[in-house]
Amino acid sequence: MGSVFSSMFNRLWGGKKEIRILILGLDGAGKTTILYKLQLGEVVKTKPTIGFNVETLKYKNIAINMWDLGGQTSIRPYWRCYYADTAAVIFVVDSTDKERMVVAKKELHTMLKEDELSDSALLVFANKQDQPGAMTAAEVSKALGLAELKDRSWSIVSSSAIKGEGLTEGLDWLIDVIKEEQM
Amino acid sequence: MSTSTYKRFEDPESGVLPDKMTVYQESQRAFRASPIKAKKCRRLLSQLVHLLYHGETFNKTEATNLFFSVSKLFHNNDPSLRQMAYLAIKELCSMSEDTLMITASIMKDIQGREAVFKPDAVRTLSRVLDGSTIHAAERAMRNCIVDSNQAVCCAALVSTYHLFPVAKDVVRRWANEAQDTIGAAKSIVRSPYAAQGGVSGSSRLPQSTYFHQYHALGLMYQLRKDDKMGMQKLIQQLTGSRRLQNSFATVQLVRYVGVQLANEVQVGASIDASATRSWPLFASWLSDKSEMVELEAAKVVLSAQLARVFTSEQQMQAISTVSKLLSVPRTVTRFAAIRLLSRLAVSSPEKVRPCNGEIEELVNDPCRSISTYAITTLLKTGSAESVDRLVKIIGGFMDDITDEFKVVVVRAVGTLALKFPDKHRVLLGFLGDALRDEGGFTFKNSVVESVFDIVKFVPEAREDALKLLCEFIEDCEYTELAVRVLHMLGEYGPKASKPSTYVRYIYNRVVLENSIVRSSAVVALSKFALVGDQKLTLSIEVLLQRCLRDVDDEVRDRAAFALHLLKEADGSPEASARTRALLDPQTRFSLASLEQQLCQYVRSDDKASFARPFDASAVPTCSVEDKLAEQLRQKMQGEGEIKEGVKAEMKDEIKGEIKGEISEAGGETGAAFGETLTTQAQQEAQKSQMLVYARELATLPQFESYGDLLHSSQAVELTETDTEFVVRAVKHVFKHHLVVQYDVCNTLKTLQLENVTVIGQLDSDAYQEELSIPIQLLRPDSKASVYISYKRPDSGYDAANLSNTLSYVAKDLDEASGEPAEDDEGYPDEYQVEDLQITPADFVIPAFTGSFTAVFDSLPNEEVAVYNLGSAESTNMQDVVAKVTRTLGMLPLEGSARVHSESTHTLKLFGTSVDGAKVGALVKLILSSKGAMMKVQVRSSDADLSLLLANVWGEN
Repeated sequence: MGSVFSSMFNRLWGGKKEIRILILGLDGAGKTTILYKLQLGEVVKTKPTIGFNVETLKYKNIAINMWDLGGQTSIRPYWRCYYADTAAVIFVVDSTDKERMVVAKKELHTMLKEDELSDSALLVFANKQDQPGAMTAAEVSKALGLAELKDRSWSIVSSSAIKGEGLTEGLDWLIDVIKEEQM
Repeated sequence: MSTSTYKRFEDPESGVLPDKMTVYQESQRAFRASPIKAKKCRRLLSQLVHLLYHGETFNKTEATNLFFSVSKLFHNNDPSLRQMAYLAIKELCSMSEDTLMITASIMKDIQGREAVFKPDAVRTLSRVLDGSTIHAAERAMRNCIVDSNQAVCCAALVSTYHLFPVAKDVVRRWANEAQDTIGAAKSIVRSPYAAQGGVSGSSRLPQSTYFHQYHALGLMYQLRKDDKMGMQKLIQQLTGSRRLQNSFATVQLVRYVGVQLANEVQVGASIDASATRSWPLFASWLSDKSEMVELEAAKVVLSAQLARVFTSEQQMQAISTVSKLLSVPRTVTRFAAIRLLSRLAVSSPEKVRPCNGEIEELVNDPCRSISTYAITTLLKTGSAESVDRLVKIIGGFMDDITDEFKVVVVRAVGTLALKFPDKHRVLLGFLGDALRDEGGFTFKNSVVESVFDIVKFVPEAREDALKLLCEFIEDCEYTELAVRVLHMLGEYGPKASKPSTYVRYIYNRVVLENSIVRSSAVVALSKFALVGDQKLTLSIEVLLQRCLRDVDDEVRDRAAFALHLLKEADGSPEASARTRALLDPQTRFSLASLEQQLCQYVRSDDKASFARPFDASAVPTCSVEDKLAEQLRQKMQGEGEIKEGVKAEMKDEIKGEIKGEISEAGGETGAAFGETLTTQAQQEAQKSQMLVYARELATLPQFESYGDLLHSSQAVELTETDTEFVVRAVKHVFKHHLVVQYDVCNTLKTLQLENVTVIGQLDSDAYQEELSIPIQLLRPDSKASVYISYKRPDSGYDAANLSNTLSYVAKDLDEASGEPAEDDEGYPDEYQVEDLQITPADFVIPAFTGSFTAVFDSLPNEEVAVYNLGSAESTNMQDVVAKVTRTLGMLPLEGSARVHSESTHTLKLFGTSVDGAKVGALVKLILSSKGAMMKVQVRSSDADLSLLLANVWGEN
């Protein structure tokens, strides 16, 4: 029964039933924690991701395939294998890690240059706001050079995955943009 | 699915492979679709796996692309899709790069709650992990090993087995889990459909098949293989209160116990203790409820290696178990049982004889492999008296079997003829019938081979056999066979009592056959001219004259050449000798070295070397007699070949049923059984080994002036095989020198040796040390040779004792770099190894003679010595025979290497010295309750040699 309803809804949505979102960012930024906080609503204990985690979650009647790819230097080159058909990218930044902001900026801009991602929206989480010494969203935005981005919908939201703050706000924005632009 | 549709590519049985690139492109497209169509993707994956299983490969880029595409399927949780994805990834892992990317997803499945995913995930994980990432998975793997679900546990154990070579140290830590698993009961998870649908009988299935025990035991063996005490403890545990429930596991355990016993025998541990300890185990296994276990236990008890561990009563018990299995309904069991007996019949036919009744019933078995084994076994166990009856049985049987089985039977009959020369009349009759029967080339060829053997090795049957061959070529459709028979007639015809009889048969060929046969007939004819009968020579010349008018060049050329030589032979005696050497040579080139030298000549880069023609005189030759000795050895081994032949036949038939048995350890035990071919196999190996030595020695300029290598002894171990340095010595005899080659193996991982040499001290003045070639550098885990040469007296074969000490400069290696520290000068050290005996036997080369008694009686110098070998209880006749043969360095003749009675035996040995003197020995052995006695009677053309050899034991 349920599947009959969902397929009816899906038809209303123009046939495209699932959307793909990538969660990227440097190692230790909190990508896996965000993924499971969104899916299960709880904070799980994580280990560095060797490879990727993928979960499907229903959000406002949309099925989202969330791909959380490992952020270690050795795994970053494989991100591009998963770019195809991506509706949006969530880029997670550890706001306390000031030294590596440069690295994060470089990875972000390299990634956005890819053709396959030219239509995807970008949501940046300035994560770990619960910790002392965290940069504000504005500071992170400046450090990442988000203002330079043209022809792309983007937003930055300050978040704390542990406390669950900012995540839904960010996702709401993202879904709105996707609905407007791509459906 | 409707039955009226049929898609060729989707039918796995159709055998038509889908197109590789279509599958590749469709997969790329379908796997990234959103949402995923599980059914379609599963079909594509199965096509992909089908391709990969058929050996199709993708290049690295394609494979990597495929791998990443498949990885995208992991967000769909359809169980059968996931299962196919795992199968595909497992195959792609070997071709693709960056397979690490899937690790997190696999780990999630392993730690997740879905039991269906787990086994596949675990198996795939073992392909993805490497030495650096295994740590991340350690906890998960340990948990899976102790999982209560049998499928998960088996998958984890098998994966651990595969991971062992990848990361030995990590896997070793999992031993406790594996050990616990052996004893634990695991449940099979039933398919929910089976339970709901009420499939009849499912409730009667056992709770567990205990198959995990098999995997766990295999793993434990891998982990403990090198730890003797650990292995012993494991065996004790598993044979004590906690017995294994799975028969595959039990079979495996039987093998391990067998291997362990064999190891103990090899290092010479006290046999009695191990025998008393292990016999109760084997006794219980021999009456196990599983046929598989019974067979395996019997195999171990009857293995030649362990012959001394088990008493003959115990062996008889094993044989009676096997003979009981000969009449079970299951074909595989019957096959395994008869094969076991057939192997045993090679070494000890008398033990198999009691089962002859049961075996005879198998002659008409519907499985041809079984019936063939039954017949060959009967032929081996048959005594001289039963040969007539057996041959009759086979005669009736031959029409019903195909050519390839006829070949096996004919070979067995051929061997029989060598074993029982007296029975040649019956056997030749059988072979004659076989020759007259219809048959393909391979069959006829094997018959002709067997007749050739009789011609060569059974002098009293020679003329009958030659007559048979003459008759055969009168009507022979195979050119190759006619040529070979003509050659044979040329070789042995002139030596027969009435050579002229054969001439007519040969000349008939010249008239009737094609040019190839005609030209070989011409060569055969020309040999008859050398018999010495003036009348015959004239006739031959007339016949050859006629051949000069032949239409074929080759035939005319050969006839002209022969006539020319014969004309020359009328002149001086030298010319006559030359003719003889060319027409009927008594020596043959050693083909291996001829080939080697020709290759060397042809491949030479230096143009100057082509200025001179190839020098054939440098190629070592061997006399016809040596050649025959070689062949006889091969024939005696021939029984082993028969087994190989049948094994290949049988493989396909039984592969399916015994697949589970195949394992690495099985290979080891198999190898142990292979060793049963005793001294003859060793001598065979020695012969080819000598060529290798000769080649090695030829590369050393120091020994260039020594001339040809005359003889190399067998390698003697100067240390135990598990010491720091393993040293073996080989003695090489040259015309005026004796070179001792020490093979030194450095088994230490952290020590490098430099300037390694051996300090040898002789207790005899007859030998003078001339030079030594040390090893400059010996790295860990490597092997090299030290050579020391001695001048030897021109005549005589002095015995001496050589005490050896290894001397070297040792340097410790840094563990990280594997190199010694730069400022390390090392420290000189010495290492005592065992003494090496130089005995007269080192100067004797095993050789063959057609009629031992005649040659032995003709040798002039006789020496006799009698020895008391002490108590007979601890002596085994077969061992004594092997030891005597080895000590005297001669070839056992007329089947005397094989012992037929435990109380008396006569050993006939023959050889030639390096100087060409013939020597024969007649050794009579008596084992009785009073003790063991040996009488050695040596005759030789060299008086010194017979004296030395007869007293060879006296000096020690």
